[in-house]
Amino acid sequence: MELLGLYNYWVVVVLMMIGFYIVIAQGNLIKKLVGLNIFQTSVFVFFISLAYLEGGTAPIALEGVSEYSNPLPHVLILTAIVVGVALTAMGLALVVRIQETYGTIEEDEIHQQEDLH
Amino acid sequence: MVVGIAIVRVRNLLAVTMLTGIYSLLVAILFVLLDAVDVALTEAAVGAGLLVILMLATISLTTRKEKVHATRQSIMALVVVSVTGAALIYATLDMPRFGDPEAPAHVHLSPRFTQESPTEIGIPNMVTSVLATYRGIDTLGEAVVIYAAAVGVLLVLGTGTVRRRRNRKDEDGPEAGEKS
Repeated sequence: MELLGLYNYWVVVVLMMIGFYIVIAQGNLIKKLVGLNIFQTSVFVFFISLAYLEGGTAPIALEGVSEYSNPLPHVLILTAIVVGVALTAMGLALVVRIQETYGTIEEDEIHQQEDLH
Repeated sequence: MVVGIAIVRVRNLLAVTMLTGIYSLLVAILFVLLDAVDVALTEAAVGAGLLVILMLATISLTTRKEKVHATRQSIMALVVVSVTGAALIYATLDMPRFGDPEAPAHVHLSPRFTQESPTEIGIPNMVTSVLATYRGIDTLGEAVVIYAAAVGVLLVLGTGTVRRRRNRKDEDGPEAGEKS
């Protein structure tokens, strides 16, 4: 029973490893960014699940409610989501430029072209 | 999780984009279930909306199909990923139980915010009051990051007219032909 209470971390770890696998094993640059995104989201889920309180409600003040989830991780993750999207936008812009310069967004083809030069 | 695995397998980038949107929505639902309504709103708007639009724009500028690769490298990657995952799961054995009121995350700052901030700030939504006041500097930093990213994207992509002029000027440079 002790171990079952840790399942939220295991979901996070599995998601994180899926993202990690995509980042290192896939050659397509857009796919890599998607993997990075999944990795990020797993960290978000980790923080939010840390903030969860059994028997608590969402952190909006109500009459007669004394148990709330921790609002601080929520704030941090709000910031992190927006920053993550800004980073992804930057990465996608770089992908567009790579496509214009090399004519491909596959990692190994870019390496081949680099070797030829 | 299933959607994540599907993203690994699907090679059509358009389908990957759609799966990313679905994934973001599922994560948003998960956030609602975990009592994080503000975060869920942001994730649904930003992840499922803005991100998908950005990816669609990128795909329309680049290519839609992903090429097939040799599996030699991915076995190595699978090993690395498994080892890292096993180490992380081992590390979770020391973590507090899910939803435990005695967890360190709940005993220090949380009571202060949940009990005092509605009277101190006067806003019932604690996430808003923490975001705008106690953690105001963080929010300023976030705004700086967004600004920097916007400037960066504009610098990298340039505006269409500037790029066309540059392409016409240096013909002997690396082929920077416009695909769009």
